[in-house]
Amino acid sequence: MYRVEIEKLTKYYGERLVLDAIDLAVSDHEVVCLIGASGSGKSTLLRCINGLTEFDEGSVKIDGVDIYDKSFGRNGLYKKVGIVFQAYNLFPHMTVLDNITLAPIKVHGRPKAEAEAAAMKLLELFGLGQFARSYPEQLSGGQQQRVAIVRSLATEPEVLLLDEVTAALDPELIGEVLKIIRDLKERGMTMVIVTHEMGFAREVADRVCFLDSGRIIEQGEPHQLFRHPQNPRTQKFLQRIIESGRLEASA
Amino acid sequence: MTRRPGKGRRKIALKDRLTPVLISLVSVVVVFGAAAWFIGSAEQWPRIQLQFFSIEAMLEAAPSVARGFLVSLQLWLVSLVCIGIWALILAIFRAMNGPWFAPLRVFAILYVDLFRGLPALLLVLLFGFGIPALNLPGLPKEGLFWGAVALILSYSAYATEVYRSGIEAVHEGQSMAAKALGLSQWQTLRYAILPQALRNVVPAMLNLVVALQKDVALLSVLGVRDAVREAQIYTARTFNYSSLVVAAILFLLATIPLARLTDHLQRKDRQRRLQSAL
Repeated sequence: MYRVEIEKLTKYYGERLVLDAIDLAVSDHEVVCLIGASGSGKSTLLRCINGLTEFDEGSVKIDGVDIYDKSFGRNGLYKKVGIVFQAYNLFPHMTVLDNITLAPIKVHGRPKAEAEAAAMKLLELFGLGQFARSYPEQLSGGQQQRVAIVRSLATEPEVLLLDEVTAALDPELIGEVLKIIRDLKERGMTMVIVTHEMGFAREVADRVCFLDSGRIIEQGEPHQLFRHPQNPRTQKFLQRIIESGRLEASA
Repeated sequence: MTRRPGKGRRKIALKDRLTPVLISLVSVVVVFGAAAWFIGSAEQWPRIQLQFFSIEAMLEAAPSVARGFLVSLQLWLVSLVCIGIWALILAIFRAMNGPWFAPLRVFAILYVDLFRGLPALLLVLLFGFGIPALNLPGLPKEGLFWGAVALILSYSAYATEVYRSGIEAVHEGQSMAAKALGLSQWQTLRYAILPQALRNVVPAMLNLVVALQKDVALLSVLGVRDAVREAQIYTARTFNYSSLVVAAILFLLATIPLARLTDHLQRKDRQRRLQSAL
């Protein structure tokens, strides 16, 4: 059974078709990167997976269960599928620790002491222990994004969705965030990643999907897709990326 | 450390800084001095002074006006608390979306439309004279109580809108993050949105606080013995208006510091936003 199974997913924004009958299945421990130009529907697709964005047709299943199935209850889906955003979206009025323990305590009813101990363990694990009592604005962008990742891990999700998590970061801060994602892959986290970091996608992905006007027009193992793209549009897209210096041509 | 150039720069800077201050000072003294001289030398001035600024009458009226002002202050504080709470409830009604909350949302919208569209004085008269006249059993009959209710209802409409603008100013990414963490709509408001919204609205809310401080004087039409009423009583007895000037001074003493505080907070708030935008 697939962890995530998307069938014929279709979504309109008003008249505009943004997702056109997308099929995508993600296995356990698999890391799938979604690439494509802005406006190609990557982020929308990602947000459909955990129900943040409603879609018009098709279905999304997590472990074989439709995400709108009653068995998920009010917050079961959000416990199974975590998401991290481009702009971190940490709560600025809460300390790092409170950001992380909010959902475990208020949504999942875990005792405060237990939730805080678990949060501290996660923070230590990712080298953020000393920031537990800081407020988000006291941290660098890279640190904030790492905290946001830890926050999404605090509910122990089985699937993690990453929505351009390095796009808002200064180049020198991207590395620390990518490192966490690599760690997560090693721990076997199932991830769907929307990214513009082609080098990173090539390195971390088990499979890369190229989206164009709401469709996955090419997908494959990263070395295959980056080295020998079949579809002319994929070729053109990658050519542009290479020309802008963000991907080495001979990899 | 190179001291000399630094010292030289500071000297010039000091002179540059002082010149505008001096110009401002001199021009203020000249303009206001001329105005004072003009008014003071007018033929009518002694009469005006006797009528409005008689020290004797002021001292005589001061105790009762000050007592009335205490009533004004109490009314103001009690109303503030009620407005703060009631408007927050209305703003939360307004912010809850989802079909089940439609009645609350509609109620809040109608409420704001109604009470923001009516003059506060009209409401004070309607409630303060109208409801006691009904002689309803079990309800208070004092004009003071119903007048205050009218003010609270009226000001809550404005305060609701202030809260609402604060809620809407919180970036939508915040509620999306809260939803993705599994928080319910109420939890999202309670833990993620409102704490930020309340901080956003402090300066705008203080403007209402200052406005209300003055508008409690409306209750004097109901015979509530606040500062304005007490001053009027003195005026009616002596035909001297200095008592009203005493009341005016008391109001200014209360509102000017508040207005300065509002300015200060607004400035700080703007700086904070600029900083967080960087």
